[in-house]
Amino acid sequence: MTVVRIKLNGVPQQHEVEDRTLLIHYIRENARLTGAHIGCDTSNCGACTVLLNGKAVKSCTVLAVQAQDEEVTTVEGLSGDFNGLSPVQEGFRQQHGLQCGYCTPGMVMASTALLRENPNPNEDDIRHALEGNICRCTGYEMIVNSVRWAAENGGGK
Amino acid sequence: MSLVGAKVLRKEDPSLLTGRGKFVDDFSPPNTAFAQFVMSDQAHANIISIDVSETLKMPGVLGVWTAADFISFPNLPGGMTDFERPVLAHDRVRWAGEPVAIVVAENRYQAADAVPTVLVEYETLDAVTTVEQATAPGAPMLFETRKSNVLTKVPMLDDLEKHFAKSHNRASLRIVNQRCAVVPIETVGCLADWTLDGLTIWATTQAPHHLRNKLASWLDTPQNLCRVIAPDVGGGFGAKIVWYPEFFVAPLLSKWLRRPVKFMQTRSEAMVQMTHGRDQVHEIEVGFEKNGKINALRMVISQNLGAYGDPTGLGLATLTGWMAAGCYKIPHVSTGFRTVVTNTTPVAAYRGAGRPEATFSIERIIDLVALKTNLDPVKVRQINFIQPNEFPYETHNEAVVYDSGDFPQALDECLRLLDYDAAKAQQAKNLADRNAPLIGIGFSCWLEIAGFGPNGSLEGFGHLASWESAQIRIAPDGSATIFIGSSPHGQGHETFVAQIASDELGIPFDRISVIHGDTATVLQGIGTMGSRGVPTVGSAVKVASERLMVRAKKIAAHLLEAAEQDIEVKDNAFNVRGTPGKKVGWSDVGLTSFQPLRLPPELQAGTLEERLFHESPNFSYPSGAYACVVEVNRKTGKVKIQKMVVVDDCGTVINPLLAEGQVHGGVAQGIAQALYEQVSYDTSTGQPITANLIDYLIPSAPDLPNYIAGRITTLCPNNPLGAKGIGESGAVGSPPAVVNAVVNALSSFGVEHIDMPVTSEKVWHAMNGRK
Repeated sequence: MTVVRIKLNGVPQQHEVEDRTLLIHYIRENARLTGAHIGCDTSNCGACTVLLNGKAVKSCTVLAVQAQDEEVTTVEGLSGDFNGLSPVQEGFRQQHGLQCGYCTPGMVMASTALLRENPNPNEDDIRHALEGNICRCTGYEMIVNSVRWAAENGGGK
Repeated sequence: MSLVGAKVLRKEDPSLLTGRGKFVDDFSPPNTAFAQFVMSDQAHANIISIDVSETLKMPGVLGVWTAADFISFPNLPGGMTDFERPVLAHDRVRWAGEPVAIVVAENRYQAADAVPTVLVEYETLDAVTTVEQATAPGAPMLFETRKSNVLTKVPMLDDLEKHFAKSHNRASLRIVNQRCAVVPIETVGCLADWTLDGLTIWATTQAPHHLRNKLASWLDTPQNLCRVIAPDVGGGFGAKIVWYPEFFVAPLLSKWLRRPVKFMQTRSEAMVQMTHGRDQVHEIEVGFEKNGKINALRMVISQNLGAYGDPTGLGLATLTGWMAAGCYKIPHVSTGFRTVVTNTTPVAAYRGAGRPEATFSIERIIDLVALKTNLDPVKVRQINFIQPNEFPYETHNEAVVYDSGDFPQALDECLRLLDYDAAKAQQAKNLADRNAPLIGIGFSCWLEIAGFGPNGSLEGFGHLASWESAQIRIAPDGSATIFIGSSPHGQGHETFVAQIASDELGIPFDRISVIHGDTATVLQGIGTMGSRGVPTVGSAVKVASERLMVRAKKIAAHLLEAAEQDIEVKDNAFNVRGTPGKKVGWSDVGLTSFQPLRLPPELQAGTLEERLFHESPNFSYPSGAYACVVEVNRKTGKVKIQKMVVVDDCGTVINPLLAEGQVHGGVAQGIAQALYEQVSYDTSTGQPITANLIDYLIPSAPDLPNYIAGRITTLCPNNPLGAKGIGESGAVGSPPAVVNAVVNALSSFGVEHIDMPVTSEKVWHAMNGRK
């Protein structure tokens, strides 16, 4: 067992976890934030994507202890001027970028990370940036449109 | 302004976008234990013994249960006599992945640690994974009491040979519609909490009442003490209609352990435990004239059911046979089928459920006829179309009467959006340029059966009935809450139901809430499947709203001292026609409805509540015309979709945003079936080869194109909305368009057919003359 100290969505947290605890399980079961989801066990689906020090990571491939003293942002940590939603969140709403909503937090976090690196991505940039995130509902076009909407509405800031 | 037909943003989205959605695995009451199955690692074997002695010593383990512990409970519901599925494998395992025991531990890590310590001794038997193997002489029997692996068989009434003989020409094709994994991104799971007040189970289901009905009787518990909740459900696509064993076992474990018990599949478990889709083989014969006119069509269907006959799985081949002729007027059609058990994961509904299989075959046959007659595939479609003035159209099966459609118009619109002439010009140009990719153009004019359905239609799949329910309640402040029996998993019911109700009631969209997915609050329900949401529950909401408005207007007229027939509702108020400014708000009418002293004498407190079980007189028949242009790399065989045109006719559209989203998602799954996906087994051992998302390719954003979407509208005469349903259209219509395009691109190689998925390898072999 190890005591992990993680700044989660800006709030310092401290939990004692088994060394083998995955970051996704730490977030969901120790910190009790259930926005990040689990969709596979082979790091293919991206439903568990969060930001680790601002970079998108699949939290099923990171141990909680590897995030010791680092900053983790989940979908619950986003906010913005669109009735409290960030530009990316609002973009998904405006462009119908989600249906069942299960992959959505991962998509939103991967898109957020993309726009921080590339504030004005074209369609190819977006499709390739989201390559590691699977959505079974939308067929992706509306997700691409959602990210474009976000780029045009301050998502890259 | 009417909200029906408007692009209204979804009510569902804000919570889902902020991580405040509530999926089954998000619920963790205090003291929750975690359950995990021990799966068979053998495809076909007798169970000699199960040793759990080491498991019981593992840290955190609360217990291990096997079939012997459930001996006093029945088999899972819905199976056929002699082929029923036990809740845990008993004496014999019939596919690799079948649950043989269940371990419960303090948490999921400890459960996962403990599962491999359960020692199961097997006597391995020969396994069969295909219909051919299962029906071969001397094949091992899955159920020895039956002496056959064939569950059901419906022979053809006529082989049509005399009609083929009279035709100018005939052709045959054997088509394999491959097995697909459904893969909603949320796997199957449940949380059962059986307290002294009864059972509550949160389950990943498309049909909570459907589950409640069977679960309560299986547990021998009254339905009032068996509450099923489908919270947010992360996709279903048919695989979450099924009565999975975990839903039956988890409640008992909770009762026995006196604590909440959660079960949640890992993806690797889901790939072998969640039901698969498709897996049919068609033997088709077609007779046709020189001008492309089809005289006769014969289709014999073999359905691989997997290890047990799931009630939905058993119905798939029926639907395929019904829809065998698609949107064509074929004078003589004959179909037959057999359903066969094999040592593979059970097969059930997957988006389209039997209709994509029918569509794929008839649309491939049309292209084969075009090839044999040297006619343009578009011309062959046009000459065989059922014409718009021929509806209602009686098909070769009396259960199937097409409601409405305009197939020529849909195809015309598709050709316009495609720019067929330009595509053909590019095809010719590229053919001459050895450095350019080959171009192929493919079409699919499709029609499916949806809106399930008339009385008797869903009963055949194990459901209680085929209606759908809605209940509308006006609150004292004039806001509305609507309870619906159809529980969604991404379709946007909360939004489209509120749109329909807002138009009828005159109550603003934001003052209407929609409740679903809880058997304790929603009076009764059937579920969300078969593209039935809008046609059934949408119709129920519309008619119930109309009925409620009769009494609401009575109250308003009473308050305004006006005649009922002069009352019209708009902008959240009841107005007197012809007397501007004379009005009473919904808030006052709502309040009055609970105050006997202010009500008209013939009404009673609480009168503004209405419930309706909408029964459909017939199915609905969504249709469309799709076109696909592909580029085929001459060196590698890689197929790239250059253009995907999709023209749909789903009748009345409630919300174009949601309708388009449904089409996109379905088309994506159809393209995935056409190009990428296939569940594979080692046919000698029955071991699954595609048991995780590394080995099973779900396309991501770079693998799929944009969609050029168009629409025509013919109204469905069988429901008050005129809506046909849209959920499965894309998955039904798109696979043949893609494959027809690839075969078209390879026409210079003499290729007549390629089975799905059309991988680079298959295309390369087709171009290089090898099989």
